[in-house]
Amino acid sequence: MKEAIKVENVSMKYEKSKVIALDNISFKINENDIFGLIGPDGAGKTTLFRILTTLILPTQGSVEIYGFKTTKDYKQIRQFIGYVPERFSLYQDLTVYENLNFFASVYKTTIKENYAVIKDIFIHLEPFKNRKAGKLSGGMKQKLALCCALINKPKILFLDEPTTGVDPVSRIEFWETIKKLKENGITIIVSTPYMDEAKLCDRIALMFNSKILNISTPDDIISNFESNIFKIKSDNNSYLKKILNDFDKLFTAYYFGDSVHLAISKELAINEEQIISMINEKNIKIFEFSLIAPTIEDCFIKYLTNG
Amino acid sequence: MKRLINFIIKEFKHIIRDPRVLLILFGMPVVQVLIFGFALTNEIKNSKIIVIDFARDEISKKMINKIEANKYFEIIEISQNKNIILDYFREGKIKAAIIIPANLSSDLNHSGSSQIQIITDATDVNFANSIKNFIRAIINDYQSESLAGKVLERLIIVPEIKMLYNPQLKGAPNFVPGVMSMVMLLVCVMMTAIAIVREKEIGSMEVLLTSPVRPIFIIISKVVPYFAISTIDLTLILLLSVYVLDLPIQGSLFLLIAESLLFIFTCLNIGILISIRTSSQQIAMLMSLVGMMMPTVFLSGFMFPIENMPYVLQLISNVVPSKWFYIIVKDIMLKGAGFEIVWKETLIIASMMFFFFLVSFRTFKVRLN
Amino acid sequence: MDKIVIKTENLTKRFGAFTAVKDLSFEVHRGEIFGFLGANGAGKTTAIRMLIGLLRPTSGFATVAGFDVYKEPEKIKKNIGYMSQKFSLYEDLTVLENLKFFGGIYGLKSEAIKIKSAELVEKLGMKNIAKKLIKELPIGWRQKVAFSVAVFHNPAIVFLDEPTGGVDPIVRRQFWDMIYEASESYITIFVTTHYLDEAEYCNRISIMDEGTIKALGNPSELKKNFNVDSMNDLFYLIARKKI
Repeated sequence: MKEAIKVENVSMKYEKSKVIALDNISFKINENDIFGLIGPDGAGKTTLFRILTTLILPTQGSVEIYGFKTTKDYKQIRQFIGYVPERFSLYQDLTVYENLNFFASVYKTTIKENYAVIKDIFIHLEPFKNRKAGKLSGGMKQKLALCCALINKPKILFLDEPTTGVDPVSRIEFWETIKKLKENGITIIVSTPYMDEAKLCDRIALMFNSKILNISTPDDIISNFESNIFKIKSDNNSYLKKILNDFDKLFTAYYFGDSVHLAISKELAINEEQIISMINEKNIKIFEFSLIAPTIEDCFIKYLTNG
Repeated sequence: MKRLINFIIKEFKHIIRDPRVLLILFGMPVVQVLIFGFALTNEIKNSKIIVIDFARDEISKKMINKIEANKYFEIIEISQNKNIILDYFREGKIKAAIIIPANLSSDLNHSGSSQIQIITDATDVNFANSIKNFIRAIINDYQSESLAGKVLERLIIVPEIKMLYNPQLKGAPNFVPGVMSMVMLLVCVMMTAIAIVREKEIGSMEVLLTSPVRPIFIIISKVVPYFAISTIDLTLILLLSVYVLDLPIQGSLFLLIAESLLFIFTCLNIGILISIRTSSQQIAMLMSLVGMMMPTVFLSGFMFPIENMPYVLQLISNVVPSKWFYIIVKDIMLKGAGFEIVWKETLIIASMMFFFFLVSFRTFKVRLN
Repeated sequence: MDKIVIKTENLTKRFGAFTAVKDLSFEVHRGEIFGFLGANGAGKTTAIRMLIGLLRPTSGFATVAGFDVYKEPEKIKKNIGYMSQKFSLYEDLTVLENLKFFGGIYGLKSEAIKIKSAELVEKLGMKNIAKKLIKELPIGWRQKVAFSVAVFHNPAIVFLDEPTGGVDPIVRRQFWDMIYEASESYITIFVTTHYLDEAEYCNRISIMDEGTIKALGNPSELKKNFNVDSMNDLFYLIARKKI
């Protein structure tokens, strides 16, 4: 598979605040992947985006995009990337059409010329063509921002937290759009603090505290998870949670809705029957006991607690 | 080129679609000129004064009649008691007092000259100055009229002006040059800086920087509309001051416009510099207001005479560009000065512009700061 | 658990010709964690504003913490707590100063505030940070303090508006531990969120669309009833905009 982006030993330290935003990270992004940067606020996602999009230079390390270095070849890189920053809110006082037209002229192209690229998305915006961007709903704004970033037919599209603050329906539609863009051959780098969106990416990097905890496909990350997770429903969840946590250091129990989830390290030699009987001994009635698949969030927590 | 036009059109749309911005850009200059202008001329009308007439003779009577006939003054009392003056002033009943000495005619007859004292309330500097000038004009008028044909060598009645409360008052105050520099600052520094910083705030600056557009291009397209607007404002102010306020331009109009353009370019450079250094509209506004507007109001000589300030402030006032612009405009508009007189100030502003241009050029980056 | 703290019947709000909330009828029980979901424009915000006494309903009936939304909005406000992701604490005040300020807003006496603050500091083990400015605290602590402030005056109901957006999973889990704990002491938790994985943490959820509740119940039951695998699918099924 062809490699689109190569990041080598990149560190970023902000001089003024002495904050280390990125700490020696290296990874590659394959062409035509949906690559997800997953991590909470402050993990370094936006800084990484700004480095990849040639907006800032790392204090150390190098970034190559299709062989072009962000340091000296930024002019070439800027020709074929599209970027939607997190706080990008379009020109509120310009209409949908005026916004799009402006960004087309930024790239010395026209809406007509590249209409094929944005057609699928723009079709939803067409009825509101003459509405001011400030009067659009969140989902529509996001579509317009996407169109603006796509108007130059970019090879790589960078989307910084596109789903933050967006309602669930628009989020689902957004991911459908992303998949379509991938079919058109575009490489997409997307960041999100929401773990449940990780599984929609081809490959993900889990980021925390300026570092990358792991990079892989979501499936691989989940299948490498070292614990089993059980969902237990009982007549006394708070007591259940307490006794499970007290039972063994390698037991982690936490509430999950109307049930308790129990994570047990796979290396621990204990089977379901033993757990159930242990719970029954404490006079807790079990309504449901089942093995469930771990989520990316479970994996993330595991990486964090393991150091 | 097409792209640049597109950019500029977009910028004008931003301006036109925000009524508040329009108001600041076009309403403010007009309102400022009119307020400053009419506040002055209006109040001079029917100003109450008293006359202390120690002479009580033909000449003094004629002179009082002359003053009374004038629409600007209303004499509320003619007295021989000098002590009432201060009380009247304290109570705010009068704006000026005229003291005619007892020996007015004898002085005139013997030495050919005499003195009249005019006392004004100089807490309101501009007002006191205007009154002083009006009364002086009336007296001069009277002289030329009544003494026409008589063979007398020169001015015989010399008004002695005494400024109460602010005796060192100096300089002919004029608001139009002041308003001009304030408006230029507002449009070229504050509004320009805000317009650029706004792009940073809404995130579009990042998008534009990651595009092939050269950053300097973005800046130029931002600056052009504000340059255009400031020239419109300049025209507006000059038209208003000539046709509405009857304040003729004594010097060369061409020179005045050239100097204003120089100042506009200086301000635009400052605006760009502020926008490069800041990342929020609020801070940009604060910097423009505190960094430029306040010094203009306080240190340019427009509101308060620089000569009266402590030495340190006098020194600081030298780095305020509008001080020099104020001097230039005043000299050209009021004194009819030519380039040979204002070349030094021009040179100072030009070097300031060059300095700001260099600094903003050097801090400007193709990436985010 | 049986006591009802929020009850609405045919609650309706019209703005001119537009009906933002239409015949809303539901109940929330004491100590329950209730997720209030819906897409933007579904009527969520309007519904909540009516519940917390900020907006007078056009018709219908609603009581919150036993008080009528028409007649006793002031009493409602005294009996609820509120925490949002965007603003909940003053960053340039210390933990104790925040507690004092918000306690004061709800009319607690300064003696009571002192005692309660001390208890809270003890309970959360935050002796070391009680006198620190909020902005100096790590995000996990900030959230804990924010929640503590929201329940400081012992409200019957706490409204949480997207409480854990953007925080790391460990902090989030700790935060939800606090929520469960509060619910065990019979404080009702009313959560609005765009994030469906957060919805899974709730005892019951409602999904609003076009001004009405389209689904109401326990998350896993709802999934079963609508025959979908995930909350995402459920939501999509219910609230997808018909273009």
